[in-house]
Amino acid sequence: MDGIAAIAPQAASGCGDAPVLKERGQREVFCGLTGIIWLHRKIQDAFFLVVGSRTCAHLIQSAAGVMIFAEPRFATAIIDERDLAGLADCNDELDRVVTRLLQRRPEIKLLFLVGSCPSEVIKLDLSRAAQRLSRQMSPAVRVLNYSGSGIETTFTQGEDACLASLVPELPVAADDAPADLLVVGALADVVEDQMRRLFSAMGIERVSFLPPRRSGDLPAISPNTKMLLAQPFLAETGRMLEERGVTRLAAPFPLGIEGTTLWLQAAAKAFAVPQSTFDSAIAAPARRGSEAVAKVREQMAGKSIFMFPDSQLEIPLARFLARELDMKLIEIGTPYLHRQHLASELDMLPAGTMLSEGQDVERQLDRCRDAKPDLTVCGLGLANPLEAEGLATKWSIELLFTPIQGFDQAADLAELFARPLVRRAKLRV
Amino acid sequence: MQLTLWTYEGPPHVGAMRVATGMQGLHYVLHAPQGDTYADLLFTMIERRSARPPVTYTTFQARDLGGDTADLFKDSVRTAYDRFKPQAMLVGASCTAELIQDDPGGLARALNLPVPVIAVELPAYQKKENWGAAETFYRLVRTLAQPVERTPSARPRCNILGPTALGFRHRDDLREITSLLNRMGIDINVTAPMGATPDDLARLADADFNVVLYPEVAGTAATYLAKTFGQKSTRIVPIGMGATRDFIAEVAELAGIDATAVLDEANAHMPWYARSVDSNYLTGKRVYVFGDATHVIAAARIAQTELGFTVVGMGTYSREFAREVREAAKLYGVEALITDDYLDVEDQVASLHVELVLGSQMERHIAKRLGVPCAMISAPMHVQDFPARYAPQMGFEGANVIFDTWVHPLMMGLEEHLLGMFREDFEFNAAPSHLGTSPARMEAPVAAPALAAAAPTPAADTLVMDRPAESITAKGQPVWSADGEKELGKIPFFVRGKARRNTERYAAEKGIAVISVETLYDAKAHFSR
Repeated sequence: MDGIAAIAPQAASGCGDAPVLKERGQREVFCGLTGIIWLHRKIQDAFFLVVGSRTCAHLIQSAAGVMIFAEPRFATAIIDERDLAGLADCNDELDRVVTRLLQRRPEIKLLFLVGSCPSEVIKLDLSRAAQRLSRQMSPAVRVLNYSGSGIETTFTQGEDACLASLVPELPVAADDAPADLLVVGALADVVEDQMRRLFSAMGIERVSFLPPRRSGDLPAISPNTKMLLAQPFLAETGRMLEERGVTRLAAPFPLGIEGTTLWLQAAAKAFAVPQSTFDSAIAAPARRGSEAVAKVREQMAGKSIFMFPDSQLEIPLARFLARELDMKLIEIGTPYLHRQHLASELDMLPAGTMLSEGQDVERQLDRCRDAKPDLTVCGLGLANPLEAEGLATKWSIELLFTPIQGFDQAADLAELFARPLVRRAKLRV
Repeated sequence: MQLTLWTYEGPPHVGAMRVATGMQGLHYVLHAPQGDTYADLLFTMIERRSARPPVTYTTFQARDLGGDTADLFKDSVRTAYDRFKPQAMLVGASCTAELIQDDPGGLARALNLPVPVIAVELPAYQKKENWGAAETFYRLVRTLAQPVERTPSARPRCNILGPTALGFRHRDDLREITSLLNRMGIDINVTAPMGATPDDLARLADADFNVVLYPEVAGTAATYLAKTFGQKSTRIVPIGMGATRDFIAEVAELAGIDATAVLDEANAHMPWYARSVDSNYLTGKRVYVFGDATHVIAAARIAQTELGFTVVGMGTYSREFAREVREAAKLYGVEALITDDYLDVEDQVASLHVELVLGSQMERHIAKRLGVPCAMISAPMHVQDFPARYAPQMGFEGANVIFDTWVHPLMMGLEEHLLGMFREDFEFNAAPSHLGTSPARMEAPVAAPALAAAAPTPAADTLVMDRPAESITAKGQPVWSADGEKELGKIPFFVRGKARRNTERYAAEKGIAVISVETLYDAKAHFSR
């Protein structure tokens, strides 16, 4: 990992056209509502109101694993039999619930009505409800809607749907506005701050992030706006931004030293940053990041890994694990493979990597047991049972809850995969 | 629609999962959309089970809704049977599948599987987790329990009914009560749901009577068994010293045996600890109790009669047992709060100026925000409610465990006195605690915005921060003199709010405009017990 030349994508040996095992069966994955767990902390004056069932409420509080916050910025309007039987008008009920909610939380400026499986199946029109409520509450509160239902979204697709609902709200900058950079995808605040410093060192000062930390800071966009996707699961958000004239900069995702370098380099090229300026901007963080990753590589090189589908982060993670930690990829499962956004990632995967899309969890477990990987990345429902069978596991949800992007987090990311193995080696119980 | 921040119970199919996961040789096929598989983690992460729950989900998506979800369901049942070869299968729908009306029972029966297939209809928009567990267990018992030729036996035999997966201390309660019954000379025929197979349920009738540990789960099934096989059931849940003794007497009568020896050998430290002089400081401490009906009724009795606390409020989210909890509350002169809205519970805890909260993890949060000590007595479950050690709630050992669990969060008597005597010590903050940093201070950064937003709970502010804003000066009522206010600050934080309100009320009644130190003590004498 010394210098950019050495890590250029090796298209010839990649997985760009490799066949993918497509599976249909029981999918052991979260629905899109789960994204609320981090989104409600990211946008500080936003509130997420799920319109759904008790199952939805139970999912969010259980998936979070812990009830960290005495009063979170999310809640569920639980549909009951009166609503279903038509005894109560769902729209009146929703108005009543929203009014009560906003009375309790007067500091809320942006309210998302979040659709669920039941609200989709009974065809409750949340977009009209959002428009109506927005008119009533304007200008104090803006009301938007998106669907996080399991019948339409898998886990991180909920964030995609949420951000997509913000796209029509983005202000329009003048057509002749100077070029600016939009980074799309929720990132830890510390990662955002680091990236802003790096862009600044490269001379790119006009940088904004979607979602913003406060709803009043929605970035303006113009035909001169160029976007970098920070997350691989933003298919719809990316498409809508492109429709509004924003140019997507194709790049791998900022995971690992290599991914971060190429991601930043895509911006550098688009903004005509001189090579020497770019090199000196990233030199120090890339060097210390590489050194830190190298320490973990000693433990992980040659170890095999099997990934169950979860967040769509799997392909970029696999690229990082194979190329920077020298791990052996047995099977990389992803809930959904977006070939366009992942083109450069696929090119960089070792040739012959087995990719699977969708899931039949029982058959995948059979394959995993047969392969006996050194490390299995899977969801919370599978981890302890696989540990009990003797397989070392890493729970995948942690990859969404931990700052892992950028140079200074590359070793933390590597460490997340190393820890289960280090722990196993230590334990004598 | 009901606005819900946290829910005490999951949906009813989670109750069915608790039954299925507790049993062996049973497989549950749940018609449910993608995402409902989250429920697995309740068992694998919160309870730390080493195996996946025996549940197959159809995980349909939008594209399946246009096609044939019924076929998808049938395929799932057939595949699950082939893979797991269970003795019996349970089929049903989650909330979303209930709306698409595929009739899981009829579809599964059409497959003609060589094992019993039990359909459970759990109306997700009316009912909740515990009802779902009870209904599922009842359906299983009703389908599987057969009339039997009684096995001849010199010793009386009983079934133990109620323990499930993901239950509050069910694992340890079961061990404690099994051992107690064995010491009484009683054999256990079947324990269910926990550990039972469908074949075991078939021979439930081969017992003289049933021991119902958790009426929320086993009440309906026990009523059915009484009606069908004439088996009587226990009514008393053995949590606490008194309830355990009553339970032993009840069981002895059902079994027709003499239990004096077991009562005499009771190895409980708790009664002596409660009588020990150092426990004097527990007397009259204001306790609030909330949780499921079984644990709340038991906890209130222990609190009031075995530890000498004063129960100032109690309630339950178990609407099915509202009557029982209301009756229990009358014993302590309070009115039971029956609600599944945790904001109602929070309001009540804050307004009652309690010194100890006995509740679930929801109440733990309420107590943390208010800076009040708290101990867990009930589901909903948290990973901390599955201790590695043996920690039953039931039986004599359960009484010992409860003594420790409830008393340790409190400050010891002498410590409390020292704090009261030397209020001005600079190291004593608003909510001193022997546990180190005060919970109120630790929580402040996180809780502050929420607290400000929680407009309907001014009493919460008073209790934690003793904000003068709550005083009634604004309405042209008595005002506090500087000396009076300073003296008020010397009163321990957990009763300061009450002292403030009583003094203001006293002053208002007596027409006193300015509250001095003297007024404060006059009021104290006036209101003293």
